[in-house]
Amino acid sequence: MTSAVFDVAIIGAGIVGAACAAECAQAGMRVVVIESDLGGGGATSAGMGHLVVMDDSEAQFVLTRYSQTLWNELAPQLPADVEYERCGTIWVAADGEEMAEVRRKQRFFESRSVPVEVLDAKALEEAEPNLRKGLAGGLLVLEDGVVYPPCAARYLLEKAIACGAEVRMGQPAIEATREGVRLRDGTRIPARATVNAAGAWSPQLTPGVEVQKRKGHLVITDRYPGFVHHQLVELGYLKSAHSLTSDSVAFNVQPRRTGQVLIGSSRQYGVDDLKVEAIMLHRMLQRACEYMPGLAQLSAIRAWTGFRPATLDKLPLIGPFPGAEWLFLATGHEGLGITTSLGTAKLLADQLLNRPSQIPVEPYLPARAKQGAIHA
Amino acid sequence: MPETVSLSIDGVPVRVPAGTPVAIALMASGRTSFRRSVTSEPRGPLCGMGICYECRVTINGKPHGRSCQIPCQDGMDVRTDG
Repeated sequence: MTSAVFDVAIIGAGIVGAACAAECAQAGMRVVVIESDLGGGGATSAGMGHLVVMDDSEAQFVLTRYSQTLWNELAPQLPADVEYERCGTIWVAADGEEMAEVRRKQRFFESRSVPVEVLDAKALEEAEPNLRKGLAGGLLVLEDGVVYPPCAARYLLEKAIACGAEVRMGQPAIEATREGVRLRDGTRIPARATVNAAGAWSPQLTPGVEVQKRKGHLVITDRYPGFVHHQLVELGYLKSAHSLTSDSVAFNVQPRRTGQVLIGSSRQYGVDDLKVEAIMLHRMLQRACEYMPGLAQLSAIRAWTGFRPATLDKLPLIGPFPGAEWLFLATGHEGLGITTSLGTAKLLADQLLNRPSQIPVEPYLPARAKQGAIHA
Repeated sequence: MPETVSLSIDGVPVRVPAGTPVAIALMASGRTSFRRSVTSEPRGPLCGMGICYECRVTINGKPHGRSCQIPCQDGMDVRTDG
């Protein structure tokens, strides 16, 4: 056990912690990553792995687009098991009202130089013949992609290790102080700065962090190559995903490089138990089958759940924790942590190293919530 | 003479006794590899009782049929991917 002081201790080896570790270690910092379980075993392994641009708010767009650009740059280096595919996303419109939303999204993205294509009913049918007939159309976002998140997290952690980062697995961090981190077995890890990247568990280590667990279910099928070609998301998702109170489901499927079809999604607050719930699973699959009736003929091989770390304003918490200048947060990414991990890592390292950032950091600073500056 | 059925295995017509599981017909035709794993390794029947899913083949266009559990039928079209 070394007695040297680390520049930064990163708590959590999910994709966000792993990305932060890789970025900090590459910048020359002495990094230690602390993980209570297996790296990537939390929300990372329960994420669909989409690399998407989103337009709920300007700040969300800027971070997702910045991060997607970083993924595109990294893509040639990713090992095969990360299963990076630039499959594109189609936001599926069921009716004329949702087609109006397609047009609004088209204007939003085109005015920000994101390549998109509007699909009419016929073009949608040709692009995805297994969708039900009679849908109105959709918006194809060409540069969106997918990865297999656990392997992406492992790749980033290995990159950190290759740059000298150390990893301590198997003991949870129970206290973070100005002097460093204390593990449950009593080990003290001295560090000048600590990053809480513990996702849905971040409030346990840092009381006052406003992150809630938002449970989700996923199902994966056997291999059916060619059944679906793009990531598909219903535009009704906007209505269901934004509800802060009730349980909701939305149609969201992805083609995986293996030929498997990954099916989501569900959202629940106030559930603290990872068990697969038959009622939520049924609702989620029923919704999926409404959009893709042929899904009912496929065999599913696994269903599982996880907790998204959700914030009230749908933006992550990246930066110093108010009142403790040595403590930084990199948490609260809800369902976008795979996409935004790389952008988060840049913004975090920029703040640790006093480097200028390529995008404004203010919308993601933890202090915004304390100031009541919540942009819904 | 026992009753027989005719089916097609990878496009080749074969005749087997009625009630023969598809897996047996495939093995009788000389096949040991029925499909490929995700990393393209050969796969064939292991448990013979529908648990291991290793013996899956495409039957009448429907993928992932467990050949050890499905009896051959007249006119059946069986496709392996071995």
